[in-house]
Amino acid sequence: MAHVRLKIQRFNPEMDSAPQWREYTVEAEPTDRVLDALHAVKWHHDGSLAFRRSCAHGVCGSDAMMINGKNRLACKLLIKDLKQPIVVEPMRGFAVVKDLIVDQTKFFEKYRSVKPYLIAEEPPPATERLQSPKQQERFEDTTKCILCGACTTSCPSFWANGEYVGPAAIVQAHRFLFDSRDQGAEERLEVLNKASGVWRCRTIFNCTDACPRGINVTKAIVEVQNLLVAHAKQGSTTDAAQ
Amino acid sequence: MSRYRGGIGQWSWMFHRITGVGVLVFLCLHILDTFLIVLGPEHYNAIIAWYRHPVFRVSEVGLFACVLYHSLNGVRIILFEAWTGLVRWHRQMFYVQMAIFAVCMLPVTYLMLRPVFGR
Repeated sequence: MAHVRLKIQRFNPEMDSAPQWREYTVEAEPTDRVLDALHAVKWHHDGSLAFRRSCAHGVCGSDAMMINGKNRLACKLLIKDLKQPIVVEPMRGFAVVKDLIVDQTKFFEKYRSVKPYLIAEEPPPATERLQSPKQQERFEDTTKCILCGACTTSCPSFWANGEYVGPAAIVQAHRFLFDSRDQGAEERLEVLNKASGVWRCRTIFNCTDACPRGINVTKAIVEVQNLLVAHAKQGSTTDAAQ
Repeated sequence: MSRYRGGIGQWSWMFHRITGVGVLVFLCLHILDTFLIVLGPEHYNAIIAWYRHPVFRVSEVGLFACVLYHSLNGVRIILFEAWTGLVRWHRQMFYVQMAIFAVCMLPVTYLMLRPVFGR
């Protein structure tokens, strides 16, 4: 066991006028994760510390937060890999509910706005909707999203304009736009082509760097932009032919 | 609030913004000094003479740097749109971009600043 120093941003909107930093020293193994250190603070030093976590194994995406200046999952980051004091803050761009818990209401509104489900006009076949491995490969990368919000809240375009649909919603849209079984492109592209849509991306790559699942978020965004251009070209060709 | 420690992409975007604003400021200044001809040639000539001052010569090198960086970075981003697979190599592409930037800046800086040193 070793001493681990943490510097955590604390904020209770019901009591504090502004966020404040508090430092804690806990006992932890170097191979423990930041989440273990946060548990040590909450369970042995200050029970009022609030943060989200669920599976604690990098699957549910509940414990995304800013650790040493980067968005990460607290359950995937080992203490030995970090400079101390470990600086922990809530994700940027959302209102803070308390300490490290942020209000993700708008995040999920944007997620729902891109219709993240299969839209198929034809009646379902008797068996599965078949798809070749190559067709599945086309959107394989974006199926890995766990909706932690690390990408969206690392994006300077989102910090500047909270209306921006954000990388996470675009990744979700990509997952269905490039699915050979899906027919909802028109509906999704309409949302993504708005001023708050995919064109707000400035190719900054913070989203790709922040993604705990290793999704190439920027590539997905550029592919959706290109799809929009292709649709616009197709539309103008159809209009000219009529 | 602390700084978000983004990678090369964040820095390249930040410089893209700064150089873009730099070029825009020069463009406004340039429109203004050209407009002075309306007030009379003596005003126009007086302002244009300022550009020969060493401070302006150095600023012109800065202007060239802004235009060059903004153009190269813009081309890099356009390339991602044309070949999405290149996104994976964005860091390496930034290094190449900066190498091209340095190769262009060295002779241009020498040529532009030569009159300042009386050569």
